[in-house]
Amino acid sequence: MRIEDFTIASARDGLAKGDFTARELTAAALDGMAAAKPLNAMITETPDHALKMADAADISRKAGQGGALNGIPLVIKDLFATEGVLTTAASHILDGFKPTYESTVTRNLWDAGAVMLGKTNLDEFAMGSSNETSYYGPVKNPWRGKGDVDLVPGGSSGGSAASVAAGFALGATGTDTGGSIRQPASVTGIVGVKPTYGRCSRWGTVAFASSLDQAGAFARTVRDSAIVLGAMAGFDPKDSTSVEVPVPDYEKGIDAGVKGLRIGIPREYRVDNMPAEIEKLWSQGIAWLKDGGAEIVDISLPHTKYALPTYYIVAPAECSSNLARYDGVRYGLRVPGKDLTDMYESTRAAGFGAEVKRRIMIGTYVLSAGYYDAYYLKAQKVRTLILRDFEAAFGKVDAILTPTAPSAAFPIGATSDPVEMYMNDVFTVPTSLAGLPGLSLPGGLSADGLPLGLQVIGKAFDEPTLFRVAEAMERAAAFTARPTRWWEGR
Amino acid sequence: MSLDNATVAKIARLARLKMTEPELAPMAGQLNNILDFVAQLNEVNVDGVEPMTSVVAMKLRRRADVVSDGGDPAKVTANAPQGESGYFTVPKVIE
Repeated sequence: MRIEDFTIASARDGLAKGDFTARELTAAALDGMAAAKPLNAMITETPDHALKMADAADISRKAGQGGALNGIPLVIKDLFATEGVLTTAASHILDGFKPTYESTVTRNLWDAGAVMLGKTNLDEFAMGSSNETSYYGPVKNPWRGKGDVDLVPGGSSGGSAASVAAGFALGATGTDTGGSIRQPASVTGIVGVKPTYGRCSRWGTVAFASSLDQAGAFARTVRDSAIVLGAMAGFDPKDSTSVEVPVPDYEKGIDAGVKGLRIGIPREYRVDNMPAEIEKLWSQGIAWLKDGGAEIVDISLPHTKYALPTYYIVAPAECSSNLARYDGVRYGLRVPGKDLTDMYESTRAAGFGAEVKRRIMIGTYVLSAGYYDAYYLKAQKVRTLILRDFEAAFGKVDAILTPTAPSAAFPIGATSDPVEMYMNDVFTVPTSLAGLPGLSLPGGLSADGLPLGLQVIGKAFDEPTLFRVAEAMERAAAFTARPTRWWEGR
Repeated sequence: MSLDNATVAKIARLARLKMTEPELAPMAGQLNNILDFVAQLNEVNVDGVEPMTSVVAMKLRRRADVVSDGGDPAKVTANAPQGESGYFTVPKVIE
């Protein structure tokens, strides 16, 4: 059996019917993971652990037990603390860190019977849009354009997206602070969903920007992403921002279609110099929804252009505060110094990469005496305006459709200017600032044969409508393209 | 407003990031580019707008004031780069 022939839904059916065991499925996934080494998608592979978990899943199935993901092989972004398993955040500063606790999100997945294949590569501390800031090196996108050039898988959850796109993981966890699930999903041709802020617990997830960070799921189909998210989500008293709302069955009603739904098209997302193929994809998405019986509504989100600058104040400010904990005392790297301060400064200088340092510096500056009001407070006020834009729009529509990213995957090393790199998140950041759920699904291919994603944005805690719209679009798009398996046999 | 090398050195000190003299100018250039980019916010009128404190309107929960965890120094110090007898150790602070 070849793992890439399965979806979570089809593997679940096969396991339930007894066509194969969780051990057989996991062994196939481990073969796929071993073959995909040239992608550099994994920081830590845990094959022995995976087989043990698969055996446990088989035993619980025989006993008539087992949760929604019983025996399903997944990969975990290396930002989630996993007990006894190296957790790096793709940073040198967390060298050797093996948590003595399990994050709530991964705990929920294991309770549902999921199997961990390993921990995936990412941008260092989830700061990046191309997976190039990782201490463990860049991840290669399974998709290749003309001339067999290595492309980025997007970021920050690049390893998770590449694993699912390559087909060896049936699903993956990611985290999304400004687009880190949706943008990689878009450029690797898979589905990525970031739920409403507060839906998934942040406990045990390495913090970047606490008011924005939210865990979510990758999978190859909308239904699969709904299954994974349903298992991850839930109230957690250990996270003070976790929201106590019951998690509905996300598969229920997913087939209802879009007839009668009102879908908003925000005019401000028609940005200057938007590539024609992105514009075309968006129009195609609108046509699919119309054909399905949805009403298309022109809406305005007037503060859209201020979302990125707002984000690049709020996120670095919270990052500088959160990353203050890495001081060489309690875990990870320590570089000796002549005194305590010298030890802190030397450890942090050696342990953090360039992008993380830039963000710590910006964050420290905008929070420093005399600048707090001009930058951070101002940005938090603009953020209120961005949320109000969405609230006004959602008075008129049930969901919003936009492109996910301004371009297809680009070559590794193509973008060296930090501000230019930030532009990758132009369509995803507003949703993050407003805490709303967003989902990217593959809509079609670029002229170079690379996947392009469409983003559906929902009301707070209305993930069911998000999945319903996305499922209808997925059927209309009938996206069956797959990357050529160039990495096999290398 | 533009950051000079001295200001960058000061921020680096506040952030506890050791930075050598040759690193200051390139960092200043990059930070100034980012600050120029975020300066767009000056166009936005925020008079009477409350700053966002939480994306989801909610009251911060309180938990019962009881011990719910702890008492496991071995676990807490398990990842310490340097430790002794259940303590973290650091370079000498008091002469």
